[in-house]
Amino acid sequence: MSERTALLLLGCPQVPVQTSMALYLVHMLRQQGIRSVVAGTPAARRLLEVADPGRHYLGEVVGLDGVIDEITGKVRDFDLCFVFIHNDSGIAYAGTMAYISRARLYALLYGEAAEDLAGEIEFPCEVVAARAVHSPMPLKRRLDEVMQWAAASMR
Amino acid sequence: MGGCIDALKPEIILARSSFREAREYIKKNIREYHEVEPGYRIFDVHIIGVPPLYIGVEGEHVIFPYTKPCHGTFVVKIPGGAEIARLRERK
Repeated sequence: MSERTALLLLGCPQVPVQTSMALYLVHMLRQQGIRSVVAGTPAARRLLEVADPGRHYLGEVVGLDGVIDEITGKVRDFDLCFVFIHNDSGIAYAGTMAYISRARLYALLYGEAAEDLAGEIEFPCEVVAARAVHSPMPLKRRLDEVMQWAAASMR
Repeated sequence: MGGCIDALKPEIILARSSFREAREYIKKNIREYHEVEPGYRIFDVHIIGVPPLYIGVEGEHVIFPYTKPCHGTFVVKIPGGAEIARLRERK
């Protein structure tokens, strides 16, 4: 059986929780035997790479355009996709992933407008929303509830 | 913006809007527009958003939504070149 993979699609790193939630998610997915690829803006990628200089958590880190090119070109795809969303652009990227990828899609919404943005989602995905800005804990709790990490297998 | 688009000196018609506002602008204001799928590549950028997504053609120019992760969606107008024929050939 081939290795399961997940794509984490990071947006603008304006809201602090994104970086720590991404590292947490990479770690928890690895515990489940799932290899993560992180795609993001240059600043979002640098924040992760500086926070994890020994690459204890991060694996492959790529640009947004490159990975969208690969998925639309049928060069690669993923089993799971987590899109980090705190603004309208995040919704737009998640909607794009819902259309181009066969991955099970999770929309991680955070920031001051998380609930409002969740109401704008009109494509199939699992919504994980919490009004988290500085502390990642509300979003971490929601993610833990949805993912049920203790379960032996992923849904 | 993307390097190729910058070099073409885009006219910014709408700045920092939502992808829905960009869609509505093109649909209401551009007589000739073509529906494209999310991820459609024009020049060196992808059209990002939830369907339907439109690219307009006006004379020798294309008008399309360009989404920046930090700053929202811009509607830009650029000399279309071969992109216009590529859009018109789609059915």
